[in-house]
Amino acid sequence: MTDLKYTAEHEWIRADGNELTVGITSYAADKLGEIVYAELPAVGSSVEAGKVVAEIESTKSVGEVFAPVSGTIIEVNDEVVDSPDFINDSPLEKGWLFRVEVADPVILDGDEFLTLDAYNSLIGE
Amino acid sequence: MTSDSSSKTPPLFDTSSFASRHIGTGADAQRAMLDAIGYDTTEKLVEAAVPSAIRARKLADSSLPPAATEREALAELRLFADQNTVNRSLIGLGYYDTITPAVIKRNVLENPSWYTAYTPYQPEISQGRLEALINFQTMVSDLTGLATANASMLDEGTAVVEGMLLARRASTSESNVFIVDADSLPQTRALLQNRAEAVGIELVELPLADVSAAEGGLPPAFGIFVQYPGSSGHIWDPSEVISAAKEAGGIAVVAADLLALTLIKSPGELGADVAVGTSQRFGVPMGFGGPHAGYMAVRKGLERQLPGRLVGVSKDADGHAAYRLTLQVREQHIRREKATSNICTAQVLLAVMAGMYAVYHGPDGLKRIAEQVTRRARYLAEAATDGGHTVVSGNYFDTITLETDRDADRLVRMAYQAGYLMHKVDEDHVQFSVDETTSDDDLAAIAKVLGAEREYPAREGIPAWIPERMLRTSDYLTHPVFNTHRSETSMMRYLKYLADKDYALDRGMIPLGSCTMKLNAATEMEAVSWPEFAGLHPFAPEADVVGYLDLIEQLQTWLAEVTGYDTVSLQPNAGSQGELAGLLAIRGYHLANGADARTVCLIPSSAHGTNAASAVLAGMRVVVVACDERGNVDLDDLHAKVAEHGDQLAALMITYPSTHGVYEHEVKQICQAVHDAGGQVYVDGANLNALLGFARFGEFGGDVSHLNLHKTFCIPHGGGGPGVGPVAAKTHLAPYLPGHPLAQRPTMLAELFDPSTSSGTARGPAHRNAVSAAPYGSPSILPITWAYIRMMGSAGLKEATGAAVLAANYVAVRLRDHFPVLYSGDNGLVAHECILDLRPLTAATGVTVDDVAKRLIDYGFHAPTMSFPVVGTLMVEPTESEDLGEIDRFIEAMIAIRAEADAVAAGDWPADDNPLRGAPHTARSVIQGEWEHAYPREQAVYPLPGVLRNKYWPPVRRIDNAFGDRNLVCACPPPEAFE
Repeated sequence: MTDLKYTAEHEWIRADGNELTVGITSYAADKLGEIVYAELPAVGSSVEAGKVVAEIESTKSVGEVFAPVSGTIIEVNDEVVDSPDFINDSPLEKGWLFRVEVADPVILDGDEFLTLDAYNSLIGE
Repeated sequence: MTSDSSSKTPPLFDTSSFASRHIGTGADAQRAMLDAIGYDTTEKLVEAAVPSAIRARKLADSSLPPAATEREALAELRLFADQNTVNRSLIGLGYYDTITPAVIKRNVLENPSWYTAYTPYQPEISQGRLEALINFQTMVSDLTGLATANASMLDEGTAVVEGMLLARRASTSESNVFIVDADSLPQTRALLQNRAEAVGIELVELPLADVSAAEGGLPPAFGIFVQYPGSSGHIWDPSEVISAAKEAGGIAVVAADLLALTLIKSPGELGADVAVGTSQRFGVPMGFGGPHAGYMAVRKGLERQLPGRLVGVSKDADGHAAYRLTLQVREQHIRREKATSNICTAQVLLAVMAGMYAVYHGPDGLKRIAEQVTRRARYLAEAATDGGHTVVSGNYFDTITLETDRDADRLVRMAYQAGYLMHKVDEDHVQFSVDETTSDDDLAAIAKVLGAEREYPAREGIPAWIPERMLRTSDYLTHPVFNTHRSETSMMRYLKYLADKDYALDRGMIPLGSCTMKLNAATEMEAVSWPEFAGLHPFAPEADVVGYLDLIEQLQTWLAEVTGYDTVSLQPNAGSQGELAGLLAIRGYHLANGADARTVCLIPSSAHGTNAASAVLAGMRVVVVACDERGNVDLDDLHAKVAEHGDQLAALMITYPSTHGVYEHEVKQICQAVHDAGGQVYVDGANLNALLGFARFGEFGGDVSHLNLHKTFCIPHGGGGPGVGPVAAKTHLAPYLPGHPLAQRPTMLAELFDPSTSSGTARGPAHRNAVSAAPYGSPSILPITWAYIRMMGSAGLKEATGAAVLAANYVAVRLRDHFPVLYSGDNGLVAHECILDLRPLTAATGVTVDDVAKRLIDYGFHAPTMSFPVVGTLMVEPTESEDLGEIDRFIEAMIAIRAEADAVAAGDWPADDNPLRGAPHTARSVIQGEWEHAYPREQAVYPLPGVLRNKYWPPVRRIDNAFGDRNLVCACPPPEAFE
């Protein structure tokens, strides 16, 4: 998954022109435990970088998902609302959470966007 | 062992004393335990553990009398009872006399299998009360016509407040306004005022029955509250205002009378989003105000917004249906300041009783009671008209309001002389309510008071005084459980069947850290159901409740003395409400001093989540203070945060001894630093059981604390409530502690209150800082705590603390070689509980804290507290009431479990097929089919010889938490689900 970037908040991001797909990492999903519910933003809502945009609940804790960039939500993964276990079983594929559109095509090269190696060293793996 | 001057023989060694019955370890046992730890006496042990700087000073004279015997204490309680007068209450206002079916009183209220159980956090050993609670939820959901009901609220008033807060969370409106029906209960309005003000909500009170919603009579609002039927008894159709409020983005909250709902349309049918109220009149005595179970139900889509505990259905490891608490991540112990509420302990025992009342009567029986009530109300309405009074509303269920032409006092007085209590609304108006107990003789006597001169025909058929369009036509309580147990034999056996599934203190030790599961002695429980304590209305006149008020004042004095404070309010109905009341007092104090900016509440990271949730509800902003590697408050971080928030610092909330079960050495300096910066210190009294007699919060720096009478002071946990959470404070905070607009007597707060210190609000605001619906919270269980203190005396209380600390240190020493003890304080000692660190074991063997907790069930134990305050650990609190035999039995089980984990690590058993992973084992699981596991059947269910003698069989295997959360079912499943 070298085309992905990661955040210190345990999100992954896949960029495609103006559109970013966001989910949580497999490390985060494991830490949360069995995920039972995902509360996703409304399509069409605008989100601000660094603000809470979604919540993932497991049987014993709750994880907040932060918007990695500012923009507009263009699609959410309704399947994870019905089958939250997708986030555990397939966090990078079937367990994606939402897609956000930004004004200009983005290049995720800021310090806040980590490579897989950098993310792995952050989580100590 | 030293003793107080008030008693020559230390109570522990005098077997005629109550203390020797309450404390499980006698002199010989304590000697052996002390030898194991290496101390000469318990006193020396505690003195080595408690930092000398905070040791209690000796009082010149104590308000606590020397210990009474059990017989003497009951005789004194009888004297209090004799000073109460049980007149027939017609006051209503949310509290009605009711007939507790004797089979429920004897088999639930007076049965330790129900009242000594803990909150069902270990669902495998709590299936009985979980079923009872899902009955309650189904009853509430059916009657209110809404999808999901929770497992009880603290009372109706606080349930309405929670409804308001839910509305603000769930509403799409930008408005800050909550509309309140003017015809709401007076105590509800007082609570709403107090709580709305703290969180910046604007209340707009409107006579909603007269408002024309269609013509824009409602201001923009995030929610609307309707009392149904109205406080005056008036029945009207609120569906139009509800619909108008919802169209504007608001959430509609309706407080409804459950008995009335058997006859009139449900809140759900009227369009309500949320229904709240009380289940008191379903067989729970008035008890001068409580305890009773409040309720809340919500429409589909709002489940995740529900406060409090919610029982759901899941399945166990073998695929069989099983109950558990569901959606727990909404709650304060996980979400902290973002929780849906601060409520934790609710009113489980009373919810069980109310649910069983519905099981006993069934839908037809409840409807018959409701019809009888409303026909008798009709009788009295006719009598009143005949007597020359004007009945204000012709549409009512059980409550009639009369216009009396400046004669309200006279009518109330005449009723009182005849033995009846009516409610004076104002100089012109009187109201009275009929209930299940109102007899034909009562009707004749009340009609006479009303001036009626003839008798009226008995009514039958549809009550025409309820508008036809408001009559209910939908079904309710159709589940078989509400239609099966009509005979007393069947009811008795159903209650026994459920009780047998559960693990309560009548079976064995419940070593839950931070929960203090000590003895709830039979003598302490005795007075609870005496009519002079159980049968009084919370708003009865002072002359009728003198004994109660005297008992309450004496108890307040005692609690103030033992905690080192000046004043105590017994109003809060749970620890969470005590916290809130204490923080609101701090807020009130800062506001009165013009320090409006002081809103920051410092809370250590180790604190219980409820602290943070309460702070938010008191209008404060939570700032977390770090803890060091020893589990203590990080002093550098504390000083930094105090400096950073200097002028904005409102309070520090600190638990003592800490949630880590340690006497923090620096607590005095911590308190001083906060005071120097102008902040107040809130000491959470959850762990007072480790301090009583040795140190006092008020002496080492606390300004205010709450206590948990259901922990330290012997009120039983009831399976998750009732609780009582008194708030104790220094004089300067006294004016801001809970009062009540309908209190019979100014409390000790008023005497302490110097009007000159406050700007013109000498009597306080109209709401008087109320946090509970009733002026004294839950008085009918206060005789329990009174009796405990009376029978222990100050020497006995100190002995109990010593025995509790001794037991915890004994467990720590005995288990230290098998499980590391995570934190300790001075001299390597713990306080009244110890944390066993399972994380190294988990890392080495894969055996988790869940595996150990569930395996303890197979050994016949309730697990200690899991993963609080540290994830991956068990916190053990043996309390003073367990004897050495039981403590040793627990230690032996833990050591055996450690050996089993080692066998897994050694490869003797596979990681996924061993007695730990398979725990708990039901009888069915070891009998059915071929045994194909890597470990023998005997090892599964009889791992130690002692278990042969006294085996507890769990009714279900390990429950699938994720399945239950993902597939939400919160009402009784069909019987086929259990086949």
